[in-house]
Amino acid sequence: MGNSALANEAVKSVALTGNEAVATAMRQIHPDVVAAYPITPQTEIVQIFSTFVADGLVQTEFVPVESEHSAMSATVGASAAGARAMTATSANGLALMWEVLYIAAGLRLPIVMPVVNRALSAPINIHCDHSDTMGARDSGWIQLYSENAQEAYDNLIQAVRIAEHPEVNLPVMVMMDGFIISHGMENVFLLSDEEVRKFVGERKPHYTLLDAENPITVGPLDLQDFYFEHRRQQAEAMFNADKVVQEVADEFAKLSGRQYEFFEAYKLDDAEMAIVVIGSTAGTAKYVVNELRAKGVKAGLLKMRMFRPFPAARLREALADIPAVAVMDRADSLAACGGPLFGDLRAALYSASKRPLMNNYIYGLGGRDVTLDHIRTVYQDLEEMLRTGEVKREINYLGVRE
Amino acid sequence: MAVKEKPVAQEVQKPGWKSIPIGGLILRGGTAAEFHTGDWRTEKPIWDGEKCTNCYLCWVYCPDTSILLEDGKVVGVDYDHCKGCGICAAVCPPKVRAIEMVPDRD
Repeated sequence: MGNSALANEAVKSVALTGNEAVATAMRQIHPDVVAAYPITPQTEIVQIFSTFVADGLVQTEFVPVESEHSAMSATVGASAAGARAMTATSANGLALMWEVLYIAAGLRLPIVMPVVNRALSAPINIHCDHSDTMGARDSGWIQLYSENAQEAYDNLIQAVRIAEHPEVNLPVMVMMDGFIISHGMENVFLLSDEEVRKFVGERKPHYTLLDAENPITVGPLDLQDFYFEHRRQQAEAMFNADKVVQEVADEFAKLSGRQYEFFEAYKLDDAEMAIVVIGSTAGTAKYVVNELRAKGVKAGLLKMRMFRPFPAARLREALADIPAVAVMDRADSLAACGGPLFGDLRAALYSASKRPLMNNYIYGLGGRDVTLDHIRTVYQDLEEMLRTGEVKREINYLGVRE
Repeated sequence: MAVKEKPVAQEVQKPGWKSIPIGGLILRGGTAAEFHTGDWRTEKPIWDGEKCTNCYLCWVYCPDTSILLEDGKVVGVDYDHCKGCGICAAVCPPKVRAIEMVPDRD
């Protein structure tokens, strides 16, 4: 927490669950339209938000739809009509949105959606892992992951500006870990309603369906002669997002005193071994890093914030000189070659002249608890990798019974 | 018969990704009429005005709007948009048979 935030009279520290913090951010963003369907552990977000609507605290048009497919479809329609539109979901709800996720991105609609990470069925499970949003990593949405309720709150507010930036015009999903963050209570620093209102501003769409003076056609047939050009535009927007995400983070830092980067490098500068991780497990792992540092072990950690677009060049710069790196995936691609973060990170490091020894840990599936001891064993494996210069086992399943 | 080589149509240079509206937007409305779906046709309905009784069944059932009316009378088929599905010929009453489907593969 920087001084500028403490000097700011509007800063309030409030005890909130992750869902409450995200619902509060949505109230302050004050979208024109929210269309949503309940699913554990996201339900509270839209439930609390619908209370704000019923109490007249926001003038948002709230559309209680009959499925997530409809939730995303209604959000797409509203966004194409020029509205600032939001929804929220988890797991199988996200899976049911699938085809419309690609439509939102392809139509270049700046929709913002909190996603509370939860395991996909079957077997049915309501607890945290990242298999839901990792599956959506190629849908054309920008993805920001959060370690705690504060980051979920801050990321959601920044997401509006990133999505609506004229050089981006892409939907953004903001993740937090189901139950661990969504239902865990922590102190969260809130901005004032006025500060958020000013920061997000008004959406200024270039074209809208409701502009009868200037009619447009949205979603026409786009065949061999133009579809590729539109996909190329989408790719360019993802390249542009890299710059915009940092600009928005810097502006947000001036307002809040909280500076965000593409990833957090924790005690990484002189590290001889590091864990790369996403989400709430970073907090547990930092505790172990501190423990090891106290013993003189040069341990470090890299916590991903932005997964799409994938900040490959920056990650290469941050990790190439570290001799041993363990990548922790809270999702298994079931590809028999490791998790999604592992695959992308290894690809990013391929062009480095010096590359770390790397291995992969699939962990915490279906909400399986990740303890300090689990993280300690990962650093022990890294120490062994350093000592022997060999990766004993590339793909490891951490915390599963044999 | 002497075979005359058809001149190859000059490919019109289409705009690149940097200059077209994003997301497939078309900055006008009512553009569907400009898309000639008649190109998709492999069979073509031939309408016979002598036999037609103006019952309008073909006009009602056409899934496009390709049966043309003028002053309340059927006057023919809009070949720019008719995809050749044959529904008009199928619903034309058996005693009338004013529409016949013929191959159209050129």
